[in-house]
Amino acid sequence: MNMLEIKDLSVHFKSRAGTVHAVEGVNLWLEKGELLGVAGESGCGKTTTTLAIPGLLPQNAFIPRGQILFNGEDLVKKTEKEMEKVRWKQISVIFQGAMNALNPLQTVGKQMIEPILLHEPHVSKKEAEERVKELLEQVGIEKNRFTNYPHEFSGGMRQRVMIAMSLVCDPELVIADEPVTALDVMIQAQILELLKKLVKKYSLSMIMISHDLSVLCELCDKIAIMYAGRVVEYGYAREVFTHPKHPYTVKLLHSLPDIYGEKVFINGIPGYPPSLITPPAGCPFCERCTERIPECGSRVPELVDLGGGHYAACCRQTEGRAVV
Amino acid sequence: MSKLKYIGKKLMQLILTLYAIITFNFILFRIMPGDPIRLLARSGAISAESIARIKELFGLDQPMWMQYFIYLKNIVTGQFGISMTYRQPVSSIIAERMANTVTLLAVATVLIIIIGIGTGIVAAMRRGSRLDKTFVVASMVGWSLPTFWTGLLMIVVFGVFLKIFPISGILTPGMQYATYSQVIMDYAKHLVMPTIALIIVDMAQFFLITRSTLVDVLTEDYMLTAKGKGLSPRKALWRHAMPNAMLPIITTLALYVSLVIGGAIQVETVFSFPGMGKLMYDAVLKRDYPILEASFFLMAAVTVTANFISDIFYTIIDPRVKDI
Amino acid sequence: MSKMKEKKRNEVWEQMWGDGLGRAGIILLALILVISIIGPILFPFDAKDVGTSAAQIMEAPSAEHILGTDEMGRDVFRELLLGARVSLFVGLTATAISILVGALVGLISGFYSGFMSNMLMRITDFFIALPVLPMIIVLAAVFGQSITITIAVIGLTSWPSTARIIRSQVVSIRERQYIERIRALGAKDSRIIMIHILPNVLPLIYANTVLVIAGSILSEATLAFLGLGDPVSVSWGTMLHYAFVTGAAGRGAWWYLVPPGIGIVLVVLAFTLIGHTLDKIMNPRLREY
Repeated sequence: MNMLEIKDLSVHFKSRAGTVHAVEGVNLWLEKGELLGVAGESGCGKTTTTLAIPGLLPQNAFIPRGQILFNGEDLVKKTEKEMEKVRWKQISVIFQGAMNALNPLQTVGKQMIEPILLHEPHVSKKEAEERVKELLEQVGIEKNRFTNYPHEFSGGMRQRVMIAMSLVCDPELVIADEPVTALDVMIQAQILELLKKLVKKYSLSMIMISHDLSVLCELCDKIAIMYAGRVVEYGYAREVFTHPKHPYTVKLLHSLPDIYGEKVFINGIPGYPPSLITPPAGCPFCERCTERIPECGSRVPELVDLGGGHYAACCRQTEGRAVV
Repeated sequence: MSKLKYIGKKLMQLILTLYAIITFNFILFRIMPGDPIRLLARSGAISAESIARIKELFGLDQPMWMQYFIYLKNIVTGQFGISMTYRQPVSSIIAERMANTVTLLAVATVLIIIIGIGTGIVAAMRRGSRLDKTFVVASMVGWSLPTFWTGLLMIVVFGVFLKIFPISGILTPGMQYATYSQVIMDYAKHLVMPTIALIIVDMAQFFLITRSTLVDVLTEDYMLTAKGKGLSPRKALWRHAMPNAMLPIITTLALYVSLVIGGAIQVETVFSFPGMGKLMYDAVLKRDYPILEASFFLMAAVTVTANFISDIFYTIIDPRVKDI
Repeated sequence: MSKMKEKKRNEVWEQMWGDGLGRAGIILLALILVISIIGPILFPFDAKDVGTSAAQIMEAPSAEHILGTDEMGRDVFRELLLGARVSLFVGLTATAISILVGALVGLISGFYSGFMSNMLMRITDFFIALPVLPMIIVLAAVFGQSITITIAVIGLTSWPSTARIIRSQVVSIRERQYIERIRALGAKDSRIIMIHILPNVLPLIYANTVLVIAGSILSEATLAFLGLGDPVSVSWGTMLHYAFVTGAAGRGAWWYLVPPGIGIVLVVLAFTLIGHTLDKIMNPRLREY
C-alpha cells in the first residue's frame, strides 16, 4: 500500500470574484521512502495540493471532493482536533520563505522543542532540548545557538533551522515547500546537499515543491508536473526528464538553458495560463499547446498509464499518437 | 547604542520634557489677557497699598526671570502655590482629591483592558463573521459617544428614572456606617456609574486597535507554522499571536492615558465626583489659576511618563531591537 | 496624468460606496449637511424668543414644541438645527488649520534632514505626548472664550498626530530608489515634493483629515460643555452645557439632553465610518475575502 494516495482531489477557494478552481481532480501517490517532486509554474496548484495534506489551507478554501489517504486513512474526513495530532508528528512542513516562518519573539530553541513537548508529553524538557541540539548539529548549526533569536540567523541558516525543526518529531512524511527558492545559488546548493544527506540518514519520505526543475532533478525519485490545477505528467524523475510525454513538460524542459551546450535561443511558452475561475472546457494547456488536436478543446484528458510507471494527461498520448 | 544607553537617553528626554512643560506652564499663565492683580483681588478698585501687598504675597514684584527661578524651585519642592478659592496650599487640595481619581482610573483601566482586548481577540479570530461586524460597528458608535453625554444619559436613565445607582458624589451624604465594609460598599456603589460612562470610549479604542493588530499578526507566516505544528487555535493565539500583538498595542499607551484623563475630567464633572477632574472643572469656572496650573502639570507629567514607559517597554521586550 | 487621477478617484468612490459602512457614513453625512443648511432656514431659531411663564421652562415635548423647551423656555428643536451649523463649522475650520500645519510640518521634517527638521520633529514629539483635553481646557481658560479661540485651540492641539503620520510616510517614500535617481538628475526639491511625494501622501492625508474632523467636533462639544466655549453661540455642546448647569439631568429633562448628544454622535459617527473605510481602502490587509 502506498503511504500517501491523493485521489481525485479538488480544492476551491471562495473569493469576491468567484470560485477559484485552484486544484482540480488531482491524483498523486507516494510510497514510503520515496522523494516526490512537484513542479509547475506559479499558481499551478502545487502548494495548494500539498498543503491540503496536513490541512493547512486558508479559511476560504474548501474541498468539494476527493480523498487524501495517508496510511489508509482519509485525512479529508478527519476533524480539526484529529488533524492537530497528525500535524508535525506524522506529517511536517518546511515552509517557503523561512524569513517570517519563525516567531521573532521566541528563541529558536524554544520554538523547536515546542512540538516535541506538545506531541510527546512524556518526554522531559531536557530530553527534548538534547534532541533538538542533535538535529541542529546535523544541519550544520552550532548547538549553543539554541538560545538565539530568529533575527540573529542569516537566510540560509534560518532555512536550516526550519529543516531541523521539521524533523524533531521524527515524522513519516516531510513536505518541503520551495525550500531553496528564497536563497542565493551558492546556498541553494548547500541546502540541497543537506536535504540529500538527511533523506538518506533518516530514511525520509518527502514531497518537494519547486518551480525550478533543476532543483528537483537533484533529489527526486519521482516527479509530478502540474498545470492550471491539474497533474499533467507523473513518473520516475529520470524518465520524465529524458522522455517527457506531455507537451507542457517538453516546453518546460526546453526553457532550461544548458550551461555546457551551445548558445541557443531560450524558448518560452507564449500565452498565459487559463483563468481558474472560469476554467476552459477541455485540456487546460490546449490554448498554448503546439501539438493540439481537435479533441483537446472539448475533452479533459485523464492521467493515463503509458507504461513503466509513466503517466501523462494528454489527448494525443491516449490516442496513441506520441509527441516525442 | 545598547539598550541601556537608549533607556538613559529617553530618560533624559523625559526630564527635559517635564522641564519644558513647567516652563510652558509658567509662560502661559503669565501672558494671559487681563491684569493678574485685579483678578487676584477680584475687584476693580483697590488701593495702591493693597496692590503692593498682593504683589509681594504672590511674588509678582520680582523681575520675571527671578519669578521663574522661584517658580522652578517651588515645583521641585512640591509647592504649587495657594489656591485662590480655597485659600489653601494647592498641593494639599490635590492630595485630597487624588485618591478618588486614581481609584476611578484604576478600576476603569482594568475593565477597559479586559473587555476591550477580550472583545478585540474574539473579533479578530472570527474576522468577517457577523459577530465581528457587529462589534466593529458597535465600537465605532461607542467611540463617537462624547463621554460627558454618556454620563448625562446615564444620570437620566439610571439615576432619575430607574433610581438604581447614586448619581453624584462619592459617598452618600449623611450616612452612618457601622463597619468598614459598609463604607466600601457605598463607595463602590458611587463608582459604578462614573466608571461605566468613562470606559465606553476607551473600550472601543482598545477593541479597534487590538482587533486590527491581531488581524495583522494572524496573517503572519509564523502563525501558519504554529498551526502546522499541531497547535490548537487557542494555544497558537496565546503563545505566538498575542505576544507579538501586544507590542504595537503597548505603543498606544500614551494615547490611552491622554484619553482616559480627558474622560475622567468629563465624568467627574457630570457626576460631581470629587476627584482631580472635578477640581479642574471648578477651577476653570472660578478661574483659580494656581489649581489649573498644578492640575495641568500633574496630568501632563503622568501622560508624558506613560509615553516614556511605552517607549522603553518596546525596547526591553523586543529581542530584535538591539541597536537604535 | 489627470485621467489616471480621475480613474483612481472613481475607484476609491466606488469602493467607498460598495462598502456597507462607508455607504452608511456617506448617506449620514449628506443628510446631516442638508439638515444643517436647510433646517435653520425652515425653522429659524431666535434666542430672544424666551418663555413667558415658569411653566414654559424645560417643558416636555408637546405639539407646539416637538422637542420641548430649554431653560429659558425656547424651542429646543430649532435650537438643535442651528446648533448643527456651529458644530460643523467649528469642526471643519479647526481641522483645516490642523491638517495644514500638520501636513506642512510632516512634509518638511520628513523630507529634509537638517537642524530645522530635527527641531520640528522634537516639537511634534513634545506636543504629541501631552494630554489633549487638559491642554485644550488650560488654553481656553487662559485665552478666553470665543469661537475663534476655540477653533485655534482645537486646531493647534491636533496637528501633531497628523504631522507624525505624514512624516513617517514621507520618510519611507524618500528612501525609495527612484527619488534618489531623480535627485541625481538634478530635480529641485520643491519639484520632488510637489510631484512625487505629495501625490503619494495625499491619500493618507485624506483618511487622516476625516478622522481629525470627527475628533475636532468632539473636542468642540466637550469644551463647550465644560463652559469654555463661546457663551453666545449656539452649538450642541453649548446646549448641553446650559442643560447641565441648569439641572436638566436631575429633572429628567431628556428632550433637552438627548437630541444635542445624538446630533454629535451622528456627525462624529458619519465621519468615523467614512474615515475608517478610507483607511481600509488604503490598507488592503484589513479587507475580508
